Amino acid sequence: MTERGSRIVLPAGTSPSGLRTSSQRLALLLSRIWAWLFLALMILFFVIAVPLMSGGSVNFLTIRNSQNILVAIIPVLLLGLGQTFVIIAAGIDLSVGWVMSLASVLSALALRWAFDSGAPLFPAVLVGLVAGVGGAAVVGFVNGVIISKLKVPAFIVTLGTSFIVRGVAYLMSENTTVIGLPAGIRAYGNDALLYYIPGEGGGLYFLDRPEVSGELLRRMDTILPYPVVVTAFVVLCTMFLLHKTQFGRHTYAIGGSLQAAERTGIPVDRHIIKLYILSASTAGIAGFLSTLRFTAGSAVIGDPLLLSSIAAVIIGGVSLFGGAGTVIGTVIGALIIAVLTTGLVMLNVEAFWQFIVVGTVVIIAVLIDQSRDLITGRQRRNAAA
Amino acid sequence: MTEALLSVRNVTKRFGGLVAVSDVSFDINRGEVVGLLGDNGAGKSTLIKCISGVHQAEEGEIFFEGKRAEFAHPIDARSHGIETIYQDLALANNLDVGANIFLGREVKKSYLGGLIKTLDEQHMLRESRQTLNSLQIQFPTLTQPIESLSGGQRQAVAIARAVYWDAKLMIMDEPTNNLGVIEQRKVLDLIRALRERGVPVILITHILPDAFAVADRLIVMHGGRKVAEKTTAATNTEELVQYMVGARDDAPKGAPETQREIPLPQ
Repeated sequence: MTERGSRIVLPAGTSPSGLRTSSQRLALLLSRIWAWLFLALMILFFVIAVPLMSGGSVNFLTIRNSQNILVAIIPVLLLGLGQTFVIIAAGIDLSVGWVMSLASVLSALALRWAFDSGAPLFPAVLVGLVAGVGGAAVVGFVNGVIISKLKVPAFIVTLGTSFIVRGVAYLMSENTTVIGLPAGIRAYGNDALLYYIPGEGGGLYFLDRPEVSGELLRRMDTILPYPVVVTAFVVLCTMFLLHKTQFGRHTYAIGGSLQAAERTGIPVDRHIIKLYILSASTAGIAGFLSTLRFTAGSAVIGDPLLLSSIAAVIIGGVSLFGGAGTVIGTVIGALIIAVLTTGLVMLNVEAFWQFIVVGTVVIIAVLIDQSRDLITGRQRRNAAA
Repeated sequence: MTEALLSVRNVTKRFGGLVAVSDVSFDINRGEVVGLLGDNGAGKSTLIKCISGVHQAEEGEIFFEGKRAEFAHPIDARSHGIETIYQDLALANNLDVGANIFLGREVKKSYLGGLIKTLDEQHMLRESRQTLNSLQIQFPTLTQPIESLSGGQRQAVAIARAVYWDAKLMIMDEPTNNLGVIEQRKVLDLIRALRERGVPVILITHILPDAFAVADRLIVMHGGRKVAEKTTAATNTEELVQYMVGARDDAPKGAPETQREIPLPQ
């Protein structure tokens, strides 16, 4: 209570929000929706700038480009979805990058083994899924147990396990790409719900890749590849979990006040273990999908994505102090990064500029979050965690 | 008179060589407000924590509703109906009023034969509103995070939560600390409302005017011992201050003098 000492105390029955001026209200609204606005303005900018710079030969707003962006955000988004839960509960999971790598290797090895042992393609793919996500979940369980039961800071634990997992992933893949997977899985990782060939001799094809070549193949758009559909399903599931269930409520409570969560009888330790299993599992799905997409397992696939995924989560408005954030925010954050990257490439800007821009956006995002605290008079939750 | 709701008998609690609570006994009856007074380090908080299950008394017994109460954990005490409202209130500031009242005990709706369970927000909101109304607590909105509420309003949320979950005994630790005058009065009103409902309140405080405003009976602690127990009507500020600083002592001098001189941890 002492941290409230300096505040003007209002009589019960009068909300401080009632005293806000309209400009404060506007600032508050802007701070809530700025990520959406930023994404919209950025898309608008690229829609105008890309044809201008290319003299009209390249357009930003095309089906193909939109699908490229969707495919590009899959791994970053999947890592970010689990991370969203962990960070809302005032934790952090630095292991997800290498966990994704491990899952990619594990699922490739398991899938190859199952197929070579005579299993049909679909069951073999399922074996790969179980091995990849299951292996990842084990890492998450270990993270969660050490963090909750042994009270080691999440930052340290997940840093440690990320090194361990990195070693395991390299050892299992024998420091090379896991190849020799059945060629059929390429379809799982790359085929789509819809195909569209505009113009003469074209058409719309549902769930059925048209056998075309040459000019028609060049014109063909692949709409909603399966990995995008799977990712969208995971997004819906995590939205439901975070915003509609007791699990989500407890996640917010733990991030808002660990002490309150414990005092009110929330099984905090068990919940934290579940959170890290969830985080590792979404990374596991990302690893599995990448194995299908590239028809190979790779130990180097995940690590570069870790920081991008955390950036997406932060841009999306998840507070690193815990207690605040949404799934849709993380989706927007991931989209912002992907649109930015794609747009800059189309503008022929040196690709390295994307890092500079993304870094700037992350810092702006946190500044906006803090200014919101100033407006609402919210006290920084004294880090009980 | 019916038997006391809570009976504390000769409770002693030590921390290593320090005697934080020494041989304290008292009763709490239904529907009364008892002020527990004492300076910092007098042993109020330790005594209360022995009742609410945070600490376990080493000697002595505690009876609740006539039964021997040995709470290993605060959750045990709560499930028996002893609600303690600490100064930090145990509220999640990022959640709304309803979510806080139901924190840890959320009401769920089942779908597909219990396969999928969602939060029953409407039910929780309705129940919250009813409880708040019955205590005559009004908030402009129940669906905003409580971090935008004032200290007194958040105190009210914590009290409403205890009331909703059928608290049989309410322990409040310095509830008016850091509140403005009007809010202090509102919280004291809430304590009176609890008494009218028959819920006894142990009010821990060192603010004498608060104690005189609501308490029926006053217990004064000093150096870990109970040095006085008076009805509010039978005492005055001057006398209480003398007890609080150790200048007066009604208790039989059983304990050695040195034990009282040790500075005690809070």
